[in-house]
This record gives sequence, C-alpha cells and structure tokens, in this order.
Amino acid sequence: MTEQTSSGWTAWLITDSPVSRRQARLGQYYRQWLAFRRNPAAVIGLTIVVLLLLAAAFAPLLAPYDPLAQALDKRLLPPSAINWFGTDSLGRDIFSRVVYGSRVTLVIVLLVVITVGPIGLLIGAAAGYLGGWVDRVLMRITDVFLAFPRLVLALAFVAALGPGLENAVIAIAFTAWPPYARVARAETLIIRNQDYISAVRLQGASQWRIVLRHVVPMCLPSLIVRSTLDMAGIILTAAGLGFLGLGAQPPIPEWGAMISAGREQIFDQWWVATFPGLAICVVALGFNLLGDGLRDVMDAR
Amino acid sequence: MASSRDTWAGKSGRWGKIAGRELSTVAITMFGLLLVTFLIARVMPIDPVLAVVGDRAPADVYDKARLDLGLDKPLWQQFGIYIGKVFTGDLGRSVLTSNTVVDDIKTVFPATLELATLGTLIGIMLGVPLGIVAAVHQGRWPDQIARVIGLIGYSIPVFWLGLMGLLLFYAKLGWVSGPGRISVAYQDFVTPITGVIMLDAAMQGEWDAFWDAFSHLILPASVLGLLSVAYISRMTRSFMINELQQQYVIAARVKGVSEWQVIWGHALRNAVVPLVTVIALSYMHLLEGSVLTETIFAWPGLGRYITNSLLNADMNAVLGGTLVVGAVFIGVNLFSDIIGRLADPRAR
Repeated sequence: MTEQTSSGWTAWLITDSPVSRRQARLGQYYRQWLAFRRNPAAVIGLTIVVLLLLAAAFAPLLAPYDPLAQALDKRLLPPSAINWFGTDSLGRDIFSRVVYGSRVTLVIVLLVVITVGPIGLLIGAAAGYLGGWVDRVLMRITDVFLAFPRLVLALAFVAALGPGLENAVIAIAFTAWPPYARVARAETLIIRNQDYISAVRLQGASQWRIVLRHVVPMCLPSLIVRSTLDMAGIILTAAGLGFLGLGAQPPIPEWGAMISAGREQIFDQWWVATFPGLAICVVALGFNLLGDGLRDVMDAR
Repeated sequence: MASSRDTWAGKSGRWGKIAGRELSTVAITMFGLLLVTFLIARVMPIDPVLAVVGDRAPADVYDKARLDLGLDKPLWQQFGIYIGKVFTGDLGRSVLTSNTVVDDIKTVFPATLELATLGTLIGIMLGVPLGIVAAVHQGRWPDQIARVIGLIGYSIPVFWLGLMGLLLFYAKLGWVSGPGRISVAYQDFVTPITGVIMLDAAMQGEWDAFWDAFSHLILPASVLGLLSVAYISRMTRSFMINELQQQYVIAARVKGVSEWQVIWGHALRNAVVPLVTVIALSYMHLLEGSVLTETIFAWPGLGRYITNSLLNADMNAVLGGTLVVGAVFIGVNLFSDIIGRLADPRAR
C-alpha cells in the first residue's frame, strides 16, 4: 500500500461527513482504535490476549512434546534447554502442558461468557425497559444472587453436581450472571427515554422488537467491557476449582490442577507449581489490562 | 428542602420505612439463600438416605430412615422443614467429624475471623495510602503504577500466591513459620477462651505463644490482604479524587492550610464514610478468599472445613458452611448500608 492510498483511507475513515452508515461506523471504530493505541497498558493487554489465542490455536506446533506423554525416567527434572519449564512427577513436559492448558482456559472462559452474557443482557434489558413489577422481581432475584459468596456457592454447586469441566462451567455461569444484568439494566434505563426509541415506538414496533433490535445493541459496548474485565475473575475461579480437584480432571492439562499437582513438591521442585501459576497471572493480567483500556475507550460514561 | 416540616413524627416514619425496606431485603435474600442451598442438596446425585444408613442397610431400615428424613413429603413441605431446622440452629450432623455442623463451625470460625481481620487490616494499611497517592497524582506516573498494582492484585490466584509465599518466606528465607495456626510445642499453653489464639495468648500472658501464633498468621494474612489492596486502593482513589475537587478543599488551600493537612485532615475525613462501606465489602470477600488460602496454609478455619467436607462428600457440612458464609455476607451488606446511611447527613 502506498502512502497516497493509506492517507486516502484515513481521510475516508475520519471524515466529518460520512456518506454511508458503514463509513460512519468504521470511522467510529477507527477513532476508538486510535484512542486505544495511545494507552500502552491496554496494548500490552491486547498483545497478551492475542498471544493466548495464538498459543491455543497452534498448540501442537508450539509444544515440543505431547502434553500427556509420561516418561517415568524423566521425573521432576529442573528447567533446562530440553524441558524449558522442567518436568512434573510423571515426567511430562510442563511447558507443553502449559501451552495446551491455554486451550482449556479459553474453552472455560468462552463457554461461561457465551452463556452468561446473553442471559444477563436479556434479564437486564427486560427489567430496565419494561419496568414495573417485572423490574422489581428480576432485580430482587439479581440482588439475591449478588449477595452470595460466588466461589463458595460455585463450590457447593460442583459438590452437588460432581467434579468435572462441564460442571465447573455451569457452576461459574450460575454465579456470574448478576453483574451483567445490572449493567444491562442501567444502560437500558438511559436508552429507553431517548428520542429514537420514542420514534420507533410511534412507528408501531412491538416491545420485543424494541428491546431486541434497538435497546440490546446499545448495551453491547458496556457488556463487552464488563465481560473482558470479568474473564480474569472467571479464569481465577476456574483455576481455584481445578486446584481443589473439582474442575478439569486429570490428565487434562488445566493450570489450576497443575498447581495442585505441584503443591507437594513445592519446597524441592518449585517449578512444577510455579509455571502454571505464572501462566494464570499473565493471562488474567492481560484480560484485565485489555478490559481497563476498552473501558476508557468504549465506555465514556 | 422540607426541613421546617421535618417533624419528629415525619422523621421516624421515614426511618420506619427505611428499616422496613432493609428488613425485607434481608428476609428475601435469606430466603433465596436457603432455597438455593436446599435445591443444591436436592439435585446432588448422592442419596441422602444412604449417607445415614450406609450402603448395606436392609430395605426396612432404609425406608424408615427415608421417612425420618421426611423425604416422602412433597418438596415444598421438605423446604419448610428445612427452614424450621435452620432457624432452630440445626444444620444436621457432619459425617466426617460426627459432630453437629453447628458445633464444628463454632470451633473453626474464630480461626477464619482472625485471618480475615488481620488480612483486612493489612489491606487498609497498604491500600488507603496507595489510593491517596494515586488520587493526588492523578494521571501521572504514581497513578499509573497504582493502577497496574491494582490490576496485578486482581490477576493473581490466591492459592498460588500462598504457595509462592511459603516457598520464599518460609522455606528459603525462614522469616515466618509454616502451615498451621501454632507450633505443636505451644499448643497446650493457651486455653481457648475466645478461640482467637493471639487474643487468648495475650490475655493469659503467654507471649512466646503469642509471637509463635503471629509468625504463623502473618503470611496467610498478608496473602489475603494483598487481594484487598487492589479493591481498597482503587475505591480510595476515586473517593479522594471526588473530594479533592470540592470547594472546601480550595478554600482550605487558599487559607494556607498545608497540603498534607488538606489531604489527610480534610479530604480523607470526608472519604471515610464510603471507605467504611468498601472495607466492609472487602472483609466479606476475604472471608471467601480464605477458602483457598486456608487450604494452602492448613489453617483450621471455615474455608478448610468446607473444602475438606467437600472432598469427602459430606454435604451437611458443605451446605452448613455455605449457609454461614452467605449469612455473614448478608449481615455485612446490611451493616455497610446502615453505616452509610447513619454517617451521611444527606441520606439521613
């Protein structure tokens, strides 16, 4: 691309008089991206998240060994040029397990967000838009859940359902939706009194249509910010469940369970528990930095 | 606005309304908590009858136990019985310890209280100054550093931090004592009065035992405290930024009050009320964080009681513990609401 066309593109994006809806929208994204780019912490966060996605996508290429392959003659080796993060008590390469663990983490986070986001969004938007007793009932339920200790409730849930990855996801989702409903309701209360909603209503749109097509899309930015910030919490909760042996079951390379496996050798073979923990810290920090930066850009209020 | 009409009767009427609203919130939340724990107990795949009579009980014993547990009644009736039992202080018997769950929780709760209290104190001592520094230097590098410290605090798994702390400060440096609440050598020196070992030791003048208990407590409490630093410093920052923009701050500066006095004497004093609310909430979260921390440090508190029971499928103990933690949450929420109302003249 030559200098001429690139500046032409920029001009087209940042023009004050866009001629199409798409141009206006792309222009807005571009301006947000420029604001985002100026925040180094946010860019670091984005880089970490992109690296996590790449690690999960190309795990077989990145990992030098099979994450499940045991080699009992190579047990508990310290980090070296051959095993970068050392080996665990079954002789498995910890670096390879950490790399594959990124897949497990991503699956948990995505499943929780995919279930929790729409539920919270619908509950919040319905409560905020319809108001009255619907609002009171829905928000009371939300408050009840907000008043619960999240981790303890998730623990009790997994205890009842039985340990495992799916049940951990269900338990986390069950305790994670209320903040989303709160955010969506707050947004909806602002949106419902705007002129364009009155205009749509005068045109005879049904309440469902107004909520789904005109209110929900406007709530999305704050919910995206909220869920990005929430992902770190989800990762930590999932790791906590894994650590207690209630999440992903062996031999799945889940980071929390790997820390738990290294707990007995912590004083002699420190690397077994240290590296998966570092991975959790880095990834959680990445989501937090990204969410913090997105909030500044997308959530002006 | 309506101060002339604000007679005593009108005031007490409003107070009655507020009290009524708070009480109904507490009642509804409590009801929700009971319902959820009850339903969890119902969906679990473990047969509660077998947990009582054992696998090899003959059919008539099994049926009798089933009747005794009230499992033949409709679900809503069972729920009513469950509520009645909880309110008379009957949370069932723990299979693991064969004590009643209430007695078990009474023994373990002081340990958790001790841990969460010191953790919160550490969180306040670090978090409040950090937040003030960030607010005073808003937008400049101290603010950025405080922000990143806060985000790091939100990103570290507490059980891993605990392990790393043990590795560094116990195994490598030897600055603190290891897991547990007190060394075996001192175990019999302190007769439990309050259940909080440090308090008991101080009351009985057993200073060696006191310091031993302290060296066991300081690391897990610090690990927990670091968790709350992030939250407390962030909230302190936003309250202080709000206060420092107020006119009285400008007035104080114009009068020539020193900057130190303006920040600590004027602005912080006005930020104390919302801060108390924040600290109450963070105390609540430390009670929850203690679940994982206690596991790492073999700390004989409520958290470890819940996880231990969990791993042994001791559902009465798990649900009892969940219920207690939930009830404490509700209580702390109520407390922080009341404090906020009492201390803020606008809400009064």
